[in-house]
Amino acid sequence: MTTDTVLDALPPEHGEEHDVHHIRKTAMWVFLGSECIFFGSMISTFLLYRTTTGDGPGAELFNVPFTSASSFVLLMSSLTMVLAHHAFERHDTRQGRVWLSATALLGATFLAGQIFEFTEFVHSGLTLSTSPFGSSFYMLTGFHGAHVAIGVMMLTAMAILSTSGRLHHGRGLNVELVGLYWHFVDIVWIVIFTVVYLLQV
Amino acid sequence: MTAVAQSVDHDPKTGLWSWITTVDHKRIGLLYAVTAFAFFLIAGIEALLIRAQLAGPDGTVLSAEAYNQLFTMHGLTMVFLVVMPIASAFINYLLPLMLGARDVAFPRLNAFSYWLFLFAGLMIYSSFLFGGAPDGAWVGYSPLAGQLTETVRMDFWAVGLQLLGVASIASSVNFIATVFTMRAPGMTMLRMPVFVWMALVIAFLLLFSLPAVGIGLFQLFLDRNFGAVFYEAAAGADPLLWQHLFWIFGHPEVYVLVLPAMGIVSEILPVFSRKPLFGYEFVVFSGAAIGFIGFGVWSHHMFTSGMGPVAEAGFAVSTMIIAVPTGVKIFNWIGTTWGGRLRMATPMLFSLGFIAQFVIGGLSGVTHAIVPTDYQQHDTYYVVAHFHYVLFGGAIFGYVAGVYYWFPKWTGRMLDERLGKIHFWLMVLGFNLTFAPMHILGLNGMPRRTYRYPEGLGYEFWNGMATIGAFIIALSFVFFIINLVRARRHGGVAGDDPWDGRTLEWATPSPPPEHNFDEVPLVRSLDDFWHTKYAEDEEGRAVRVPAVTGAATDADTEAGDDHEAIHMPSPSYYPALASLGLVVFGYGMIYLNWGWIAVGVGAIVALWGLFGWSLEPVTKGDDH
Ligand SMILES: [Cu+2]
Repeated sequence: MTTDTVLDALPPEHGEEHDVHHIRKTAMWVFLGSECIFFGSMISTFLLYRTTTGDGPGAELFNVPFTSASSFVLLMSSLTMVLAHHAFERHDTRQGRVWLSATALLGATFLAGQIFEFTEFVHSGLTLSTSPFGSSFYMLTGFHGAHVAIGVMMLTAMAILSTSGRLHHGRGLNVELVGLYWHFVDIVWIVIFTVVYLLQV
Repeated sequence: MTAVAQSVDHDPKTGLWSWITTVDHKRIGLLYAVTAFAFFLIAGIEALLIRAQLAGPDGTVLSAEAYNQLFTMHGLTMVFLVVMPIASAFINYLLPLMLGARDVAFPRLNAFSYWLFLFAGLMIYSSFLFGGAPDGAWVGYSPLAGQLTETVRMDFWAVGLQLLGVASIASSVNFIATVFTMRAPGMTMLRMPVFVWMALVIAFLLLFSLPAVGIGLFQLFLDRNFGAVFYEAAAGADPLLWQHLFWIFGHPEVYVLVLPAMGIVSEILPVFSRKPLFGYEFVVFSGAAIGFIGFGVWSHHMFTSGMGPVAEAGFAVSTMIIAVPTGVKIFNWIGTTWGGRLRMATPMLFSLGFIAQFVIGGLSGVTHAIVPTDYQQHDTYYVVAHFHYVLFGGAIFGYVAGVYYWFPKWTGRMLDERLGKIHFWLMVLGFNLTFAPMHILGLNGMPRRTYRYPEGLGYEFWNGMATIGAFIIALSFVFFIINLVRARRHGGVAGDDPWDGRTLEWATPSPPPEHNFDEVPLVRSLDDFWHTKYAEDEEGRAVRVPAVTGAATDADTEAGDDHEAIHMPSPSYYPALASLGLVVFGYGMIYLNWGWIAVGVGAIVALWGLFGWSLEPVTKGDDH
């Protein structure tokens, strides 16, 4: 069933299977644990500097209704990710591809919203150099955006691979692993949205 | 079994390309070992230059500028390019063997970690060609590191460490997944060798500590190159943030450096005392405890930064607490040798040296926990003495013990005992002559990181002694190198189990075949391999069991596998390609004016490597 014969060579232990997919999922969870510290350090920095605005603008710039809308878009992408996963579980590649593409599209929409927002803020005088508040805001949301962008790239790659039937569990790049990553990135956004946008108001 | 041996022999096993594309954990382990040793020699030369400069008052060997680069590079090299990779070498080679596995969980990710480490190390050293090496100390304190902007030296430091961090996180994920999912049947967590436990603990330490300094490095890099103001006090920022982010990583890091050496010593002492490790569970759980508490002590590096009495008292107490599990280990090691039939071979000598010197370094460390005392010691040579006792007298002695112990497994040849003993005694003498005087110098007020001292402060004599000691250490390593080179050709043939070992790696041939075990071993107890060789008589003494050729050939290991070929993962150049792309990307970030081309090329190469890697089948002919 799996392609990784190094692991096939191991006998099952206590009836449970040493399968490559289980190993990859373990690794993904471990990696996401590391990512928690990555974002945690940036969130801590932001909390330290959230009122250190100097002469520049601060949290009054935030357009909470707009960002709420783009947050909603990102949350919906978690739903479509689940649907994509279910479709592939049922071996319904066509529908799976539709949901994968929808997820990538929603992610891209969120990124577009972030670019729009950044442009607005720069025009209102908040840049990376304005104040420690500006530095930590752009770094935190920027790195989250980079995570979303990497996710969109992987989703797109998987959607393309699925057209030639080259998307399956045996590969490192598969729907369940990218799904885990994608949900994690969404959850991190909920924390960031709360800490950065809501707690300021 | 012959069928097994043939089936894995289809790839060419020699030549440069086979090393570049290898995904065999043993070959990657050897690559780590050789690379780390090369960096060790470079760091040693830097140390000798430093000691030559400080041999007498008003030294003229080095300029202040050169001195700043050399002490920065010495620290950075020893931590990131010597001790961490040498630990990685041992873990790579031994972890799968000790667990009864055929490789690590992700062989190609493993290769990626190695190549990224190598390229990032070379990148940092290439700064010597581009106008000078990093010169803001390996800790790169802000605001200094942010203000040394007339050169790109500290950019090399920031980008290089970032890439090394990525490599380490990748190996940590790999090792954790290996331990959790790849153990041989019957190898429960509490039957794993202590070395494997320590590898697991440091993997978690790195996993949860590296991202913190990674963020700090990003912030510093943004400050230096993109006008961010994370550490700009004039803009209202708090430069102390850097110290927090750095030491949240930096303190767990010192355990990362020393715990694998503790694991090595915990493997060697039982073998050379012919007794099981005294209190296995205590050694394991104290190691895990060190891992947890290690995240709660970082601010003991910052007592003089004005955190206030509450924080200082808290971190003083947590620092004293973390000495307890370390002490537990010391007693367990002494208990292991107690009443044993000791064989004073070279690995044992280095292990005992480790214990003695680590105790001294540990005790001087506890003196730093006492805040008023620490105020006096901070940034003096006393601190330099302390951490060299822990990291050189401790960690390096432990790793050298490991080389003497496992060299026969790696090469099939024994190292010479007489040369080994000369190496040991010279190294003990040189080490203590170099670093013991630094306690006195520090308590007399000699500051660290100063390139010269004036006459008449009473620093001359002990500095002279330290310099003599440093050259004796260098001499001891000449004997080590002679020994290594000689043994490779002329060393005695080791056989599978030259030391009468206890753990599974000794059940394999020396060196082990690519697939490690012809049949996956079935593990029934701690030190299972030992119990296949020895039974106990009525008085509990070990009695040799006649002629079973090892645990791996037990009759009741899984059947049905005999005629099936063992496919090992195919070689791949994608990991090396991806890491090369990342390093090119890093160069581009440093020289952004024109380097955007390198940024683009590096990103494309890295993505090409990563996508090629994630799409190629693990084993040839299996793409379905
Ligand atoms: Cu510390």
